[in-house]
Amino acid sequence: MRRLKALYAWFDSRLQLGAPIKEMALHPVPNKTASWWYVFGSAAFVLLMLQIVTGILLALVYVPSAGQAWNSLNVLNHQLTLGWFLRAMHGWGSNFMVAVVLIHMAQVFLFGAYKFPRELTWILGVFLLLMTLGMAFTGQVLRFDQDAYWGLGIGASIASRVPFIGSTAVHMMLGGPIIAGATLSRFFAFHVFVIPGMLLAFACIHVWMVLKLGINEWPMPGRVVRRATYVAEYHTLTKKDGRPFVPGAVWKDAFFSAAILAAVAVCAAVLGPYGPGGQPDPTIIQTAPKPDFFFLWLYSVLSYLPPSLETPFLLVAPVVGIAGLIALPFYAGEGEKSWHKRPVAILMLTTIAVAWGVLTHLGTFTPWSPLMSAWSGGPPVPIRYTRDASPLQRQGAIVFQSKQCRNCHSIAGVGGQRGPALDLIATRLTEDQLIRQVLQGGGNMPAYGKNLSPPETTALVQFLETLHPMNQPAAADASHQAVLIEPVPKP
Amino acid sequence: MSELELPVGQKEEELTPVDPLTVSRRWLLLKVGALFNAVVGVAVAVPVFKYLLSPAKPDDAYKSWVSLGSVDTFPVGETRLAKFTNPVGLEWDGATDRVACWVRRISQQEFQVFAINCAHLGCPVRWFPQSQLFMCPCHGGAYYADGSRASGPPERGLFTYDIKIVGGKLQINAGQMPTLSNTARLVQIENAGGGSPCAG
Repeated sequence: MRRLKALYAWFDSRLQLGAPIKEMALHPVPNKTASWWYVFGSAAFVLLMLQIVTGILLALVYVPSAGQAWNSLNVLNHQLTLGWFLRAMHGWGSNFMVAVVLIHMAQVFLFGAYKFPRELTWILGVFLLLMTLGMAFTGQVLRFDQDAYWGLGIGASIASRVPFIGSTAVHMMLGGPIIAGATLSRFFAFHVFVIPGMLLAFACIHVWMVLKLGINEWPMPGRVVRRATYVAEYHTLTKKDGRPFVPGAVWKDAFFSAAILAAVAVCAAVLGPYGPGGQPDPTIIQTAPKPDFFFLWLYSVLSYLPPSLETPFLLVAPVVGIAGLIALPFYAGEGEKSWHKRPVAILMLTTIAVAWGVLTHLGTFTPWSPLMSAWSGGPPVPIRYTRDASPLQRQGAIVFQSKQCRNCHSIAGVGGQRGPALDLIATRLTEDQLIRQVLQGGGNMPAYGKNLSPPETTALVQFLETLHPMNQPAAADASHQAVLIEPVPKP
Repeated sequence: MSELELPVGQKEEELTPVDPLTVSRRWLLLKVGALFNAVVGVAVAVPVFKYLLSPAKPDDAYKSWVSLGSVDTFPVGETRLAKFTNPVGLEWDGATDRVACWVRRISQQEFQVFAINCAHLGCPVRWFPQSQLFMCPCHGGAYYADGSRASGPPERGLFTYDIKIVGGKLQINAGQMPTLSNTARLVQIENAGGGSPCAG
């Protein structure tokens, strides 16, 4: 024991780290803050460490070359002992890290922890979030499968919309004229050197400030933050109603971090690694590219925005969003911290969370995309739709199937969701309206006038006219009926 | 002072105040040193920036005429997928320097060559000869046989390549990924309504 102490003294007299570390570990935190609500930040940091370690382990094998990256991932998945597990840990670690960072941010926002004097801690946190998302995107690129390739295409198409320097932005992003070897190399550099280096440095400063400024106290309604008095009040609080950070609060961090790591490991072991999907050959076009989970909401936004709003949204919204996040602690640097007294904050958080959830959910099944194989790969028009049909109507059902109508319109629950389901279409549109809609299109439907012969159109519309329930007649033109029921003149 | 344990390597006399005159000379030297560093920094930064910006070139620097093969491989009245190797590439590009495009042969001498990339966000569009439509799997853009916009989020028709026929071979002017920034010049897009010009 005495030898150990001597060894410690030898090192510490040179390192000089013992005293500051002891001071940090024993600094008092408010009793109420030693709560399970305050564990997400440390968990995010632990996940960052996990990502660095698993990332280095993967880099031992991964080949950052456009020609070989995909193969090296398959070797990791299938040939190296437990290579798949390391890939899965890194992939699930990434998902957990984004999720924990977002929860951490929501909690900090909800608890008013960004207010004086922790403005800079929040701003660094905003950058940490952006860098975490940057890691998630560049990591998806390094998977270098079809999704990664076409995801880069989407990125380049977005970059190309920047006015004046769009072309330069695309070239800089891709490292050349097309998505190829140079592109993967630069994304590798960003994912492995640039962003992690900044992320680690920023995270350390972020933690440093948390330790030096003290953790946010539990928000109490009526306990108002004022720049002049806050620091003194906080120190009184920690002295009167505080406990040392170690072990008073840190044991919860330790438990939660361990639980998160265990959850990552369980997900990795049970659900396995992400891809790689199809090989990155751009001439294989039978693909429906999709971003990873945390970018699905953006994918949804891009399909629902009106075309004229897209470029402004893509270029302006991120700037405004980030500026808003950075401006938040200056706009609301003082005042109430408690959510009981901040209804606008609660509304904002709820709105963002619900919107994000809905858009992400839509992104999982992409109702806006035509179902490319619905006409050929799915079941044909069900027999019950054509059982009592005339030959012409049956011919129409064939036209319906073979002209890819079903790629966008479902019938009997099978088909695309781009356009409305057609099971009851005859109750909504008259024969003439159906003909017009088919030939001229409109309302987001292409015009088929050039692509259908008159007999095909007649057959198709005759079939569509049968699509109504037994007890509900097909829609009919009232004036047309008026002519019909006029008494026939006697000869 | 003797009670205070000094860190290893630190001498007691360093803690004694020094002559202010010496300090000002040291400050001057520091300033000169900083200036020297700034000059060297700028001198080094110039080549670094040039190196970083090297991929940014004018569009024509990347483009050249590429053959898609004999015109006879494209039947009149049909639209076929053609593949070519990008004229600019690296040895380790693997399959990524391969590019696909849609070739539409209108008549014996008339061709249209469309980029595979949707004009919305660059996903690969697919041709459906039965309904004479191009459809995009990403966000549901659709185009007519002549490449004009039919529906969905794209703001314009499909990107087209410049073409020429040399010695019975179909050639296109290609070399970079078509995006709004390099292909969005004024083009004639025939609308379904009937041939009104539109800015692409």
